[in-house]
Amino acid sequence: MLIGHQPKPFLLAVEALTVSFDGFKAVNNLSFYVEENEIRVIIGPNGAGKTTVLDLICGKTKATSGSIQFRGKELTKLKENQIVQTGVGRKFQTPSVFEDLTVFENLEISYPRGRTVFGSLAFQRDDAVKQRVEEVAEMIFLKDRLDTYADQLSHGQKQWLEIGMLLIQDPELLMLDEPVAGMSVSERAKTAELLNRIIKDRSVLVIEHDMKFVEDIAHKVTVLHQGQIISEGTMEKVKNDPKVIEVYLGH
Amino acid sequence: MIITSRFFNRSELIGFVALALVLVVILPLSLDVFRLNLVAKYLTYAFVAIGLVLCWGYGGILSLGQGVFFGLGGYCMAMFLKLEASSVENTKIQSTPGIPDFMDWNQITALPLFWQPFHSLTFTVLAIILVPGLFALIIGTAMFKRRVGGTYFAIITQAVAAILTILIVGQQGYTGGINGMTDLRTLKGWDIRPDHAKIILYFFEVFLLFGCILIAQFIRLTKLGRILVAMREQEDRVRFSGYSVANFKIFAFCMAAIFAAIGGAMFALNVGFMSPSFVGIVPSIEMVIYTAVGGRMSIFGAVWGALLVNFAKTGLSESFPQLWLFGLGALFIAVVLAFPNGLSGIWADYVQPRIDRLLASRKSKSGSPWAGNSVADGAPAE
Repeated sequence: MLIGHQPKPFLLAVEALTVSFDGFKAVNNLSFYVEENEIRVIIGPNGAGKTTVLDLICGKTKATSGSIQFRGKELTKLKENQIVQTGVGRKFQTPSVFEDLTVFENLEISYPRGRTVFGSLAFQRDDAVKQRVEEVAEMIFLKDRLDTYADQLSHGQKQWLEIGMLLIQDPELLMLDEPVAGMSVSERAKTAELLNRIIKDRSVLVIEHDMKFVEDIAHKVTVLHQGQIISEGTMEKVKNDPKVIEVYLGH
Repeated sequence: MIITSRFFNRSELIGFVALALVLVVILPLSLDVFRLNLVAKYLTYAFVAIGLVLCWGYGGILSLGQGVFFGLGGYCMAMFLKLEASSVENTKIQSTPGIPDFMDWNQITALPLFWQPFHSLTFTVLAIILVPGLFALIIGTAMFKRRVGGTYFAIITQAVAAILTILIVGQQGYTGGINGMTDLRTLKGWDIRPDHAKIILYFFEVFLLFGCILIAQFIRLTKLGRILVAMREQEDRVRFSGYSVANFKIFAFCMAAIFAAIGGAMFALNVGFMSPSFVGIVPSIEMVIYTAVGGRMSIFGAVWGALLVNFAKTGLSESFPQLWLFGLGALFIAVVLAFPNGLSGIWADYVQPRIDRLLASRKSKSGSPWAGNSVADGAPAE
């Protein structure tokens, strides 16, 4: 299909992105590119602007200037729900699941059908939905807890449930904000296993502090400090970068 | 009408049957027409309360301005009835015969343009649904698209209630002012004032009420119902699951407005007048209290709340007129502090388990299947 030598288009292209809160630039002239099927980890000290970057991509925060292109579509002009529909999924740092609903209902809400008001009135819980929900529930270790209300789940299980809710959306770009934070050692191992399975066939953008975990999964690491990129590349390269050691890894 | 075990679970089915028994059999047999007409008046608030269950209980959108929609529905109905009562023959002593009496008193000499379509009953019925529905759509769109919610939204709905009251009172010549629209007589020539008409209207209202209960129950059971619950808890998660949260809020608010408007229209028919005292801030807050007392998560609870609080109101204000408002305030505080899920919560937490235990023990003794007649009638069910 391609004529001549065209560079491979990026899945996500963030260019000159800036956001300023009352003059404070939380993200300052940031540019980075994520390729198809790439696993990118963003690290950096507290207040570096990591979560803000994810907020900007998913539309939770509006950019002051700059552009975010996803598959050639400008995301900065879209609303949150439209961004989700183009194929960007976001997991929050604290587990945000619907505690008054069952695991099944939580997953069902994320099933990408009947997302309009009248679509959701006409929505039928058919076999395709049930099958997909059960499939994902098995993946997130909650297969036998489908009828449990989410407020009965442990912290780790809630994290998995939220990951499951993203999986059911089947996003092309998955953004995870500290997916293993606050988990027990065994939960952490299980989560790593889960993430390794779900990151196939999609691009993933992860914020994480656990260096062991980062080393395990990252294709490329971006280091943020005070809203700017100070280093980018493989884990090996970043680890040996003196600037990174000074502001982050040295601690 | 499909009542399957899937549409209502067992306790909801008991709730439905208990309510039907009380409203269709027990109250009409035990009350005289005057009292039955009072019940009809109370039930008009039950419509509002059902709407609030969807909007506030499920969607988490507290509207302190439901009187606006109750009033709009009521005024639409009253305008039709007033026009019919103001035939040239009935108003020949006026300086301009054929227009409502209050217009004549305010030196208005021709029927205003916006009154004209209310000669038609079809238009009126449509207006009862569409006028409040569209008004809620406008307020909802303006607020929810800008992400105004919570307390701010509640305060704005209060302001709207105050504005509408002032408007109605101020535009005496067009609305009947503070006195409202009185002396409503016939509906398409059928006199709504005698006892037998009151009884027919009562049953018609109960019929509509059950219609609204079924619609609300249907909405509750669809995915939209679950999205409302989800939205109340984790608005962002719903948004980042690909839904436009504002649209769902607008829908819930519009449904609540339409239910309230149906209640208002039935009020005009049953009580025979409509006035701004059912539009403003105080009645709007009272409507929220009915819902809170009944249980804001329970459709049936809301109906019981509207009935019981109004019975108490009538009883108390007949004997101690000054005390009622204090009583109402105390009731609201008690419900919020002690029983956040209202009567239906008390029922579900304390009464239902006992009945279940009783039934279970009886079942194990006799081996007979569950019998529905052991449920105390008139009891609020979840």
